[in-house]
Amino acid sequence: MNTTVSEAPVSTWQARRWPQEREARIPAWIYSDPLLFQREMEVFHHGPTWNFVGLECEVPAAGAYKRSWVGTKSVLMVRDEEGGIQVLENRCAHRGAPICWENKGVVKDFTCPYHHWNYDLCGNLQGLPFLRGAMGKGGMPRDFRKDQHGLRRLRVATRRGLVWATFGDATPDLESYMGEEILALLDRTLGSGRLRLLGYNRQLLPCNWKLYLENSRDPYHATLLHSFFLTFGLLRTDTAFRAVPTLGGRHAIMASTYSAATAGTQNEVTKQLASLKTDFVLQDMDVVKPVDEFGDSSMINFSVLPSVFFQQHGNSLAIRHIIPKSESSTELSWTHYGFAEDDPAMHERRIKQANLMGPAGYVAVDDSEVLAQMQPVAESAPDSVQVVEMGGRDVAAQETMVTEALIRGFYAYYREKMGL
Amino acid sequence: MSRQDSGADAPTRAQLRDFYDDYALALDDGDLDRWTTFFTDDCLYRVVSRENFQEGLPLCTMECRGIAMVRDRVAALRETTVFEPRTLRRMVSCLRVNEGGQGASSQANFALYESMSDRETHLLLVGRYLDRVVRQGGELKFRERVCVYDNYRIRTSLVYPV
Repeated sequence: MNTTVSEAPVSTWQARRWPQEREARIPAWIYSDPLLFQREMEVFHHGPTWNFVGLECEVPAAGAYKRSWVGTKSVLMVRDEEGGIQVLENRCAHRGAPICWENKGVVKDFTCPYHHWNYDLCGNLQGLPFLRGAMGKGGMPRDFRKDQHGLRRLRVATRRGLVWATFGDATPDLESYMGEEILALLDRTLGSGRLRLLGYNRQLLPCNWKLYLENSRDPYHATLLHSFFLTFGLLRTDTAFRAVPTLGGRHAIMASTYSAATAGTQNEVTKQLASLKTDFVLQDMDVVKPVDEFGDSSMINFSVLPSVFFQQHGNSLAIRHIIPKSESSTELSWTHYGFAEDDPAMHERRIKQANLMGPAGYVAVDDSEVLAQMQPVAESAPDSVQVVEMGGRDVAAQETMVTEALIRGFYAYYREKMGL
Repeated sequence: MSRQDSGADAPTRAQLRDFYDDYALALDDGDLDRWTTFFTDDCLYRVVSRENFQEGLPLCTMECRGIAMVRDRVAALRETTVFEPRTLRRMVSCLRVNEGGQGASSQANFALYESMSDRETHLLLVGRYLDRVVRQGGELKFRERVCVYDNYRIRTSLVYPV
């Protein structure tokens, strides 16, 4: 058969079939295919979804900017002259060079380092060198219109101090995209919206972004892998728990009840767990003693498709930004925050309890280590399938930690959007 | 802090060099119990990104306030953390002793190499130690050790102290 060099590479994923058990199985080939990864970026991150970009307090005054990511695209979150927030693609409209090479800063306007095309804070092209040429030679055509060559502007929505952006023209408004349940949790977790930035933790995970997303929707592993959680009663299988997929599995909620009474004690359930170490005590217990700041004795963690996980572990509040880099590499960027009205004790508590999370976290190290182990196995066995049947085969909400309903929910949604 | 710390009793450069090497060797040997003995009871131990440090943001990647948290870091690592076996090795260079101020402050560069059980070695972390070393009962101790790493991101995990 004749083939030409111009022929597009054969995509393997389009020839694949999802196992007949539907979302109760996950085929390993979805973690290792670069063409599937490109399609995922089009469908989710660069498509009609709302992506977390940053906190409003990170760009306090006109000209303040922060570099962030929407999927694999670099974007700039910037405060404009009118006090609004713009999110601009960090790509010069001329030749595609990134116009901004720093993570944060304050500018009057943006100038691309390559040919000095200059843009205002809203991304409008203000000028370019030699528009009319030099010494009567060169220059742009007479009909070149600057107003048609600005930076790509994303649609922006803000709510309670958070900034969201979308590349999609057809993306529904933020409220509809989130849905009632997630909106209520956003409002709970972000309180007054007067957020205080505590800092960042960043790590590069050698795994597909979906492995992290699944991990953040998997309460089943939490009390098994993370014996630190269990030992100190921060999260246990014998406390009230709700696992709720929302909007057909687009988002997911994990709500647990914290009980000081059950911390470090055993019962029939915990006796089954070999990893419960009742003789392990901390010398400084503050790190595992949360204050009930939301007044509902609950720890509620939730995952918002496609790119963000809201963490409430004790008083350690963070937004985990899941930034896909390739089919086998994912940046995990943690933005820890508190509130402007936090007293010094609460501020200290948040910093102290942050020891549980991040690349060196008492709890979080377990996850990054396990996921790093999983990726090469998935790549070596693309035809293998994972079994996801804990708590049944459907995607209904459940009142137990011992369930994989949230992972199934995600894949029900994923398959629909990807046509798989 | 008394004037003695910054005066006649202040550690010499040679003493500091030995102290820094001892610290690195203890950790490279995996002797975490010995690691805890390098700190004063009221110590501050932090591992923080240059990004947070330069912006004055309080969040650390590891933070131990006081010796109890230093010991807890070791206990949690031994008792509950799940991780792939690895060997770390620290290269410490360019020691600088800063004069003046309250107590002796010193700094040095570090490079931390990580060797996994079945793969080649890679460079895990590069940065500098910013320290306050005091003499206590004839021995040098860190009252403060702030490990500021230059890396934008940490490669997978930071399991052991820096």
